[in-house]
Amino acid sequence: MNRNQKITCAGIACAVLLLIWPAQGGAAYDYINISNPFLKKIPIAIPAFKAFSDSSAEKNAATSAADILSQTLEYTGYFRIIDRAAFLSDPRRPPLDVPDIVFRNWTGIGAEMLITGGIALGNHAAEMELRLFDTVNAKLIVGKRYKGSDKDQRRMLQRFAGDVIFALTGDQGVFNSKIAFVSNGSGNKEIYVCDFDGHNPRQVTHTKNITLSPAWSSDGKWMAYTDFSSGNSDLYIMHLEEKRGAIVSEKGLNISPGWIPSQFALAATLSFEGDPEIYMLTGSGKIIKRLTKSWGIDVSPSWSPDGKKMTFVSNRSGSPQIYIMDLYTERTERLTFEGSYNTSPKWSPKGDRIAYTGLKNGQFNVYVITIDGQSLVQLTRDSGDNEAPSWSPDGNLIVFSSMREGTSRIYVMTAYGTDQRRLLTLPGEQTTPSWSPRMMND
Amino acid sequence: MQKKILIGLALLLVIPGLLFTVSCAKKTVQSEASVSEMPKTEAAVKSEAVKREAATATADAEAAARARAAELERQRKIEEERLKAQQLREAQLEEERLQAELAKKKTEADKNVFLKELVLFDFDSSVLTPTAQDILGRKAEWLKANPRASVIIEGHCDERGTIEYNLALGWRRAEAAKAFLVDLGISSARMTTISYGKERPFVKGSYEFAWSQNRRAHFVLE
Repeated sequence: MNRNQKITCAGIACAVLLLIWPAQGGAAYDYINISNPFLKKIPIAIPAFKAFSDSSAEKNAATSAADILSQTLEYTGYFRIIDRAAFLSDPRRPPLDVPDIVFRNWTGIGAEMLITGGIALGNHAAEMELRLFDTVNAKLIVGKRYKGSDKDQRRMLQRFAGDVIFALTGDQGVFNSKIAFVSNGSGNKEIYVCDFDGHNPRQVTHTKNITLSPAWSSDGKWMAYTDFSSGNSDLYIMHLEEKRGAIVSEKGLNISPGWIPSQFALAATLSFEGDPEIYMLTGSGKIIKRLTKSWGIDVSPSWSPDGKKMTFVSNRSGSPQIYIMDLYTERTERLTFEGSYNTSPKWSPKGDRIAYTGLKNGQFNVYVITIDGQSLVQLTRDSGDNEAPSWSPDGNLIVFSSMREGTSRIYVMTAYGTDQRRLLTLPGEQTTPSWSPRMMND
Repeated sequence: MQKKILIGLALLLVIPGLLFTVSCAKKTVQSEASVSEMPKTEAAVKSEAVKREAATATADAEAAARARAAELERQRKIEEERLKAQQLREAQLEEERLQAELAKKKTEADKNVFLKELVLFDFDSSVLTPTAQDILGRKAEWLKANPRASVIIEGHCDERGTIEYNLALGWRRAEAAKAFLVDLGISSARMTTISYGKERPFVKGSYEFAWSQNRRAHFVLE
């Protein structure tokens, strides 16, 4: 399965061709307002793709591919997908390129952007030609052709979506990332991984015991987690594909891993010295040094993107609050002062904010606070308990768990709290989602 | 039948004979005296001898009956005493068995109390309340009475709050219970701690009673 995926991925990577080329550089970034991209969504039209032959399979694929691309782009929270019923152009003759496109017809229905596509299906093969236009300026922004197995259509569309987002924001987006979480659907808490949009969930651990706190290494190849199978809470550090790794099994707690960006090293809470403290470990499980030195609980380390600062939870003040430690000066400052139960901090990939879970009026909700503590925003409210936020690698989305349907499930929202929706539906309860970094070889 | 009669007769003659030789020394002396009174006529001697013999036989029979009765009486007494002793012993055994059973029941009950009595905590706290300390005091007594028992102290939390913080909190609860028992003289080598955080609730449900029962240190025999 894994091997197959690798081979097909490589296939796509080789087959990507740049088409006609105008604007690929940094000039296009002002399409999306970086300070709050979700305030005003970009209205975009994505008509059904053009089938290059008359085969019914190809015609069906032409429509379903346009639908998948619509869903994928809508998932980012940047776009408002315009209903095809509003289109002025003839649905039987989908436009593909400039001479056929009447930009007035698209600006006329409010579309500021247009994506056209063509698809050809061969013997177990698929080829797609996709273009993004700025309708206001009548200009091609991205044009790409993809070739691969017919099973890779979703992947090709995700890749194009990534190119679209890169052209508009200068960032790769989330399309080559995954989400790990814990589910008890099998009767035990085990770790699962799915695609960024909830597709393709699969069980990763089979401990038939308690498995908790999945944490991705910054290259996405390793996962650290807590595993009770030995009868103690041990920390496993596992290479996801090669199924090898290390076990940290000190006396007492071995929990709460948080990888350091760009390093094969992580922080975790161990209690072998008599108190739950945060230690820095190598990726092979060797203790490098103790980071916290305060009586009481210290857990849930999360690192600034430059790896110089660590945010974590401590109850040194009498209740769990969020702190930031500077690794070099070893100075620690308290970040949260509102409420008496603030936990599970996650440093944003952009570096400026920290998302966390706070308890207020008997309910847990997701909050985001700037690292100077000056600006605090509550992202979830009035929808049961909402907990355990984790940032998407581009920092634009947050995945979290919520009890809003009575049972704990995984949800996604924009970093501003808008567009909250369920990620996936599985048997049992799903908790503690963890968004991966970008997968480099995917 | 005849044989039995013969044996009976022989016994009648032998037993008194033995009795006389062993226990009637005086008589023997007398008979010797009378022997010394000789000479007498053969017939007289003979009839006298026959008479004496008959008298001796009657006396012998009486003595034998007495002896038999005495013997029977003796045996009856022995048997009676044996029965009495046996009854006494059985009563004692029964008593002991009941005592043992009671003791076993009590041991079992004590063990149950030891295992089932929960050390409860307040929300987000690993501080031992006065009630928790009382319960731990009883647990210390049990551990002293059962010096070969080793225990695992599990720390648990209610379902509220984050998994990781609760794992650490549960650990602090188990350690607090252990430290208190060490202070009461229980060897720390007999106690190990583990935290399950909020992963293994004792009472399922999202209400205050369930939460209060789940914030606990739970004792398990190793």
